Amino acid sequence: MTAVAQAPTPVRRAHTGKVTQGRVIKSEWIKFRTLRSSRWSLIAGVGAMIAIALLFSLAMKSHYPHMSQARQKEVDPVADPMRGVFLGQLAVGVLGVMMITGEYTTGMIRASLSAAPKRLPVLWAKALVFTVVAWTIMTATAFVCFFLAQSIFSSIHIDKSISDPGVLRAVFGEGLYLTVVGLLGVALGAIIRSTAGAIAALFGILLVLPVLGEVLNLTSWGDHVNPYLPSNAGQQVMALTTTSPDMKPWPGFFLFVGYAVVAMAAAAILLKRRDA
Amino acid sequence: MIEARSLTKRYGDKTAVSDLSFTVRPGIVTGFLGPNGAGKSTTMRMILGLDRPSSGAVTVNGKAYAEHAAPLHEVGALLEAKAIHTGRSAYNHLLALAATTGIERSRVDEVIDLVGLRDVAKKRAGGFSLGMGQRLGIASALLGDPDTLILDEPVNGLDPEGILWIRNLLKALAAEGRTVFVSSHLMSEMALTAEHLIVIGQGKLIADTSVAEFISRASTGSVKVRTPDAAKLRELLAGPDVTVSSSVEGTLQVEGLTSDRIGTVAAENRITLFELAPHEASLEEAFMELTGDAVEYRAPAQKTSAGADAGASAAADSAADVEVNA
Ligand SMILES: Nc1ncnc2c1ncn2[C@@H]1O[C@H](COP(=O)(O)OP(=O)(O)OP(=O)(O)O)[C@@H](O)[C@H]1O
Ligand SMILES: [Mg+2]
Repeated sequence: MTAVAQAPTPVRRAHTGKVTQGRVIKSEWIKFRTLRSSRWSLIAGVGAMIAIALLFSLAMKSHYPHMSQARQKEVDPVADPMRGVFLGQLAVGVLGVMMITGEYTTGMIRASLSAAPKRLPVLWAKALVFTVVAWTIMTATAFVCFFLAQSIFSSIHIDKSISDPGVLRAVFGEGLYLTVVGLLGVALGAIIRSTAGAIAALFGILLVLPVLGEVLNLTSWGDHVNPYLPSNAGQQVMALTTTSPDMKPWPGFFLFVGYAVVAMAAAAILLKRRDA
Repeated sequence: MIEARSLTKRYGDKTAVSDLSFTVRPGIVTGFLGPNGAGKSTTMRMILGLDRPSSGAVTVNGKAYAEHAAPLHEVGALLEAKAIHTGRSAYNHLLALAATTGIERSRVDEVIDLVGLRDVAKKRAGGFSLGMGQRLGIASALLGDPDTLILDEPVNGLDPEGILWIRNLLKALAAEGRTVFVSSHLMSEMALTAEHLIVIGQGKLIADTSVAEFISRASTGSVKVRTPDAAKLRELLAGPDVTVSSSVEGTLQVEGLTSDRIGTVAAENRITLFELAPHEASLEEAFMELTGDAVEYRAPAQKTSAGADAGASAAADSAADVEVNA
């Protein structure tokens, strides 16, 4: 080791690429597309949504002629085939959570944060990659479900056109709602860092809160609280007929986005502050 | 160059690293030693900005790690716990890391070949053996061709060939002028690889020394004497700075006198000697002695002294050569 005797000159390398937000996004995109589990949860979500849409509309087609007039009036040809959204949100929510917790449980997060030590670019990149993928696929699925269902409904003449009032917004809204559900999952994943904990928190908020809210309905409090619960507010955008007089579609959706933004801000602060 | 200044890390009321200051210089391999729980991994995570120091600071080439515009080119790290998503292939893992800083695909192929993972590069990292995971970690560390390498127990899980490979790799990297900081539990391994040592125990600095100095300081200079006249010799050797102990009948362990002196005393008094063996402590012993008070996690029955005795008999053979020359 004779080289050691002289004062060594630091090595200067050919590659000196800076870390940029764009590069971190590219890295997150590579990470996303190279995990089989992310593909599977999307496929499961899409499959479930389409299956439910088909199931509902085919069942409707065969039963509709035998229904009472009162029952026939209750049929909502846009919302009914959209019931799959409840399964879709499970898939997309889990995917959002796993985007982050998958890295914490495997230790990958330390590699990610060493590569991008400013940290926040990693969160933004994950959120962006997730948003683009989830929104594209979920919106496409929503339209597929809609048109499949209406083509089945056309034989019983209850089909709606996409140009009917509110229909485009509702179908479009389904993709938007699901995307924000997933983003809430991303944020909760970053806050809680364990898969089970974050999934429990996400579906506690989306599914359990509204049930508890119904208890409040027995009191005068119900009307003041229920419309503002995250999923109640968020789902207004995909409803053709507003289920809540106090919450219009877009304000409801933006309130839901607001919850996700707050969660994402909390995630960002914690990511920056905590030990990895 | 890594510079730690009064680095302290507390987890709740547990102080993992306490007021630690040291400098790791370029051009040599610096070993980072300490018993389990000494705070080596914690220190390394703080260097990488993964854990935030409770107080104090650490810089790499003059800047906090996070302040570097191209951190992967500045510092390559292998952390203790695998930092790899188990569902992704080794190749894609490296590709994703490379993308953050614009490293080309060809470099990914290069490091995969370098660590010998070509055959399994497209397989899920979750199925990797300990040694393969370690090689992938080393590939990630080398990806950006960094000036500084921080490796937490890199030989952990490697086969003998792998250990030799990493030893030579580290030396070669240092010889190119890079800063190489390697943690280990094994003093003997570090003696072969490192030129400088930073030893910590219970989060505190115990020694910051060259390996050569450590070895010479470690020599306790005790001499083993076997004689049929043990009791008589013991009396003759007694003196203010001399300790003589005997655990086996007819054998003395003398500290504070050279073997020359003992031999002379014996000859002057016509005492027969069967054996006169100066004994230098093995590195492992010296290390355990140094960190003895700082050992945090220890099996209840096995005190450090017991461990040292076991090492002593093994070391005695190698010490025999020294004796002949003297
Ligand atoms: N995240 C943490 N939370 C709480 N305590 C921690 C954490 N990380 C480390 N410690 C504690 O800090 C001390 C130092 O741990 P560290 O892992 O740095 O030791 P080490 O020298 O790397 O040990 P080993 O040789 O076993 O790898 C230990 O007592 C450990 O329990
Ligand atoms: Mg450790």
